[in-house]
Amino acid sequence: MAVFTFAILAVLVVGSAVGLLLKRNPIHAALFLVLNLASVAGLYLTMRAEFLATAQVIVYAGAIAVLFVFAIMVLIPGKVETGPDPLLGQRSVAALLVAVFLVLSVLTLRSAALKGAGPGAHVPGGVEAVGRLLFTDYLFPFEVTSFLLLAAIVGVLTLAKRKA
Amino acid sequence: MVPESYYVGLSAILFSLGVLGVLVRRNPLVIFMSIEMMLNAANLALVAFGQRHNTPEGQVLVFFVMCVAAAEVAVGLAIIVVIFRLRQRLSVDDLSTMRW
Repeated sequence: MAVFTFAILAVLVVGSAVGLLLKRNPIHAALFLVLNLASVAGLYLTMRAEFLATAQVIVYAGAIAVLFVFAIMVLIPGKVETGPDPLLGQRSVAALLVAVFLVLSVLTLRSAALKGAGPGAHVPGGVEAVGRLLFTDYLFPFEVTSFLLLAAIVGVLTLAKRKA
Repeated sequence: MVPESYYVGLSAILFSLGVLGVLVRRNPLVIFMSIEMMLNAANLALVAFGQRHNTPEGQVLVFFVMCVAAAEVAVGLAIIVVIFRLRQRLSVDDLSTMRW
């Protein structure tokens, strides 16, 4: 049953990623991105990472997707990718490179320490387990994160207010 | 339980698709979305490896990656909007010069 759920979610993840690559309209790409992120949240749930699944839906599928759609609405770049690609010959090279990359990464992962059955124990993934680690062992990175977000806010305001 | 290697393999596929999107697409917004997909693939692998080693520390790392991704998207989209205001075009092939 777990394998069945995983298979459905994996097909959704890969299918939406391919759809993002193939659709020319960026709005369609954004919707495929939402589907992709939501499926990844489902995968987190199958790994019992409940907090991450919730954060994924709120942060990625919520905030980031809305940002993307807003940017698309502001820019209205609906027809940027029409017309012939001036670098058409490089596409096949790109596909070849990515295929080589995929083969290499799969080979590396096969040789990594993933053989055999894992511990199989239930890793706690709720708010309590993650929050306990965040506010004890990882307190300093957590505070640095707040500074990073503040820097992002200030940077975006500066960029938005400058005169074009 | 599904073995962790399945999740890691899926994350490898997802990351490769993201790389392909960055290399093939010309719209900077779609390139950004592909970068988000690659970050998600890395997150998936982090959680899977955390399960493997029986610790929730992988999930803490994913939390930090999410924060960085949120900041990165906000700044990156603002930069794209400013570039569009300056150039009135939106294709990465037009942005080959580094001057105003």
